[in-house]
Amino acid sequence: MTTTEQQALDPDVQELERVTIRFAGDSGDGMQLTGTQFTRTAAVFGNDISTLPDFPAEIRAPAGSLPGVSGFQISFSSSDIHTPGDRPDVLVAMNPAALKTNVGDLPAGGALIVNSDAFTQANLNKAAYSGNPLTDGSLKSYTVFEIPISTLNTRSLEGLDMTSKQMDLTKNFFALGLMFWLYERSMEPTLNWIDDKFAARPVIAEANKRALKAGYAYGETTEAFHTHYRVRPAKLEPGTYRNITGNEGAALGFLAASRLAGRDLFYGSYPITPASDILHQLSGYKAFGVKTFQAEDEIAAIGAAIGASYGGALALTASSGPGIALKSEAMGLAVMVELPLVVVDVQRAGPSTGMPTKIEQGDLLQVMFGRNSDSPMPIVAPATPGECFELAIEACRIALRYMTPVAYLSDAFLATGSEPWRIPDIAHLPSLVVDNATDAATFRPYQRDPKTLARPWAIPGTPGLEHRVGGLEKADVIGNVSYDPDNHHRMMTLRAAKVDGIANDIPPLEVFGPERGDLLILGWGSTYGAIRSAVERLDADGKAVAHAHLRHLNPFPANTEQVLRSYRRVLVPEVNLGQLSMLIRARFLIDAIGYNRVRGKPFRIAEIIEEAERLLSEKGS
Amino acid sequence: MTDTNGRSAGAPVEVPPQPPLSPENAAIIKLTRKDFVSDQEVRWCPGCGDYSILAQTQKVMPDFGYPRENIVFISGIGCSGRLPYYMNTYGFHSIHGRAPTLATGLKAARPDLMVWVITGDGDALSIGGNHVLHSMRRNVDINMVMFNNRIYGLTKGQASPTSEFGKRTKSTPAGTVDTPIMPLTIALAAEASFVARSVDTHTEHLQQTLERSGRHHGSCFVEVLQNCNIFNDGAWREFTDREVREDRMLVLEHGKPMIFGKDRNKGIRLNGLHPEVVTIGENGITEADLLVHDEQAEEPYLALMLSRMFWPAFPVPVGVLRAVSRPTHDQLIVDQLTAAVARSGVGDLEQVLNGGETWTVE
Repeated sequence: MTTTEQQALDPDVQELERVTIRFAGDSGDGMQLTGTQFTRTAAVFGNDISTLPDFPAEIRAPAGSLPGVSGFQISFSSSDIHTPGDRPDVLVAMNPAALKTNVGDLPAGGALIVNSDAFTQANLNKAAYSGNPLTDGSLKSYTVFEIPISTLNTRSLEGLDMTSKQMDLTKNFFALGLMFWLYERSMEPTLNWIDDKFAARPVIAEANKRALKAGYAYGETTEAFHTHYRVRPAKLEPGTYRNITGNEGAALGFLAASRLAGRDLFYGSYPITPASDILHQLSGYKAFGVKTFQAEDEIAAIGAAIGASYGGALALTASSGPGIALKSEAMGLAVMVELPLVVVDVQRAGPSTGMPTKIEQGDLLQVMFGRNSDSPMPIVAPATPGECFELAIEACRIALRYMTPVAYLSDAFLATGSEPWRIPDIAHLPSLVVDNATDAATFRPYQRDPKTLARPWAIPGTPGLEHRVGGLEKADVIGNVSYDPDNHHRMMTLRAAKVDGIANDIPPLEVFGPERGDLLILGWGSTYGAIRSAVERLDADGKAVAHAHLRHLNPFPANTEQVLRSYRRVLVPEVNLGQLSMLIRARFLIDAIGYNRVRGKPFRIAEIIEEAERLLSEKGS
Repeated sequence: MTDTNGRSAGAPVEVPPQPPLSPENAAIIKLTRKDFVSDQEVRWCPGCGDYSILAQTQKVMPDFGYPRENIVFISGIGCSGRLPYYMNTYGFHSIHGRAPTLATGLKAARPDLMVWVITGDGDALSIGGNHVLHSMRRNVDINMVMFNNRIYGLTKGQASPTSEFGKRTKSTPAGTVDTPIMPLTIALAAEASFVARSVDTHTEHLQQTLERSGRHHGSCFVEVLQNCNIFNDGAWREFTDREVREDRMLVLEHGKPMIFGKDRNKGIRLNGLHPEVVTIGENGITEADLLVHDEQAEEPYLALMLSRMFWPAFPVPVGVLRAVSRPTHDQLIVDQLTAAVARSGVGDLEQVLNGGETWTVE
């Protein structure tokens, strides 16, 4: 049935390929929950999805204030999408502060749904509005739906044994119900979730269900909405899917890695936004032998992980930039003693405490160079929430095979954003099994594998292999403390050569788009979606622009230079002030052009297109 | 899929049973002091107190009945940090102040190992203070031996957190303005389950103390008063020298009255909330008036009091101040894993990957 035929049958339904909704309200209004519920429903329905939660670091900033606004953007589509959308098609604003901080992103003609009950003088004052935007004509370029959500919702809860404050807390479900009607979504998954979540509190469960249904019924019966919209399931690759955030992907990936390696997982961590969710999730995997350790500080977290690795475990530690700074000395120790370790850095906006819940790719040079002396460490970086799983396994593979600490760079966007993830077949995952040293006759603590240059892993409890390691320089092969000048030079170059050699053991850098031409856009990490979408549109527009995305940042894939030299210009968009572009220039003497925006937000597709077009137009220069 | 030890990829790694600490086991394994001497040349200054601590440590090792490969020495930075090189066991010379963190992780991953942490007053109480607190309160089953020489030796003579107030050093030419801290008070406040003190030159007592520590399950903190003959010579001489030690030190024995002195006629009595030195036979004082040492007291009031007693106001207590039993960190971790498996079976990776809401695309 074609779209036209469908609409002929049901004139009130309009078919769309892609819709982007942003829920915005006070941080106490449950906007993250609302967004998550919409996401689950869209995911299970089979849409491709991409989400961007955006919340303040304060748990509860003053109610109604501008800093207290919490938002959740979801893009869902019947086709393959890579980003949560540049701008929302629909903005749900639960109060004046939410309107003020978000309406600038709504394009002209966009739908604006506001909770008119919240537009009191007091709330307008808190949002620093001099007049009332609902009446002063300032919103006239949007399609505005003023709905007294609080009043309608409270009315639907009449007769329940609740305070009016408790009733008001359910109004996010009214808004969710309305959106479910507007986009033809089933309420079932959320109704089931409510039953499950509030099983012990039947009145709360009933209230939330009533609120949801009241919102849905409002859409159905009111004449405010003439049409509702249909976004069909996406044609994703066959398989079983689930919705996944980057932090969930990372936790599952590390769990899988421990089973693939046949070693218990030890996870040392100190709570820090936005990495803590990995700790929370792994602490639930005790039946897998996973040992999580909430340390007294960041240093203890990595120290314990090094101790566990020394004992033969698959050991990890995780943090964000400020915590990585504290771990630096111990990372150097891991480089020196050559023990496997994965250091997860879920980057956030810095420097210092910066903006803890906001997005940045600012720690690349920190993990690359942020230690005393030449202290080489492999670096991997997933590009999507789903890839957080694969790259977790890859980080462990490198750590175990090369006996080295490995940095794993995620960020706040990947960590909390979500997408549908095709669940992998365990049988197709690589084995990560490596042998412990056991032969006392041949054992030398720093005798390297000729191929990988890895030293043997001799764990305590192995008879005859008693030996000493530590942060002091060691004599090549025998591993005693050594101050010999030539030995030091040899060991420095061996450590570097070991990490450089990994380039031959990782997949080549792949190119999307033309194999050679005027412009290559080179990215890493969470900029993937925006760059890929931009390049797809540029190509559709007949412009020969290619995209390559690095998952391995140290060492670079062996073909990196060859790929970069196939284009006249290389544009490197990064949410930092030019870190990968600096490495590319230093390493290859290629004039990589940085495109750098550090606003705590992901790139928009449009701004990358604009920058690419600007460069293309300079063609003759 | 199995690894080299024959473990399947799907199952948690089994923890080998901990060799029992028993004289019988020691008899079976039959190691001697020499078995614990490594081939490395010892490089402390001639005359350093560390030599004795190393020798006593090597001497008591065979008694524990652990095979050599199951013993690990972990150190931080400072002169004490060199000790692991000289022990023919597994050893890890880590970074400044962080040895307790490595020990905590190692012991959590490998409860079958006997783990010793070798540290100094600067390493443990200054840069590593936080880790001492937390390894002790967690009751990590480690033996922390802190060499206290009241000075930074390796960096050639700066004031340490145990240097006496006003001490003139290279870094404090006009005298330090920092009040020193009492290591044993810190250990007790941090809930260490075993707290003791000995002296480098009191070899027999040091052996006994290390032996007690090695046999204790839980967090052990042993302060060894150690002489740095280069940068702080004679730091403890006033009460540790052979001629005066009996009059100026109090050797603690569980269940025994606190008596000291060459003539065994001095004692400690409680006067209100404060200890005082009394003489048996004077003013009607008898042994019955003296405090009786109880290292197993539920609350550490007595141990805390002893930890604050110091020369010249009091004889310096040595021996075990506190030895109480509570579950160890590694045991509690293993218990939780065991309970999880008992509740829901061994974890199934496929099931977890497919957890939550899923949908199928044909």
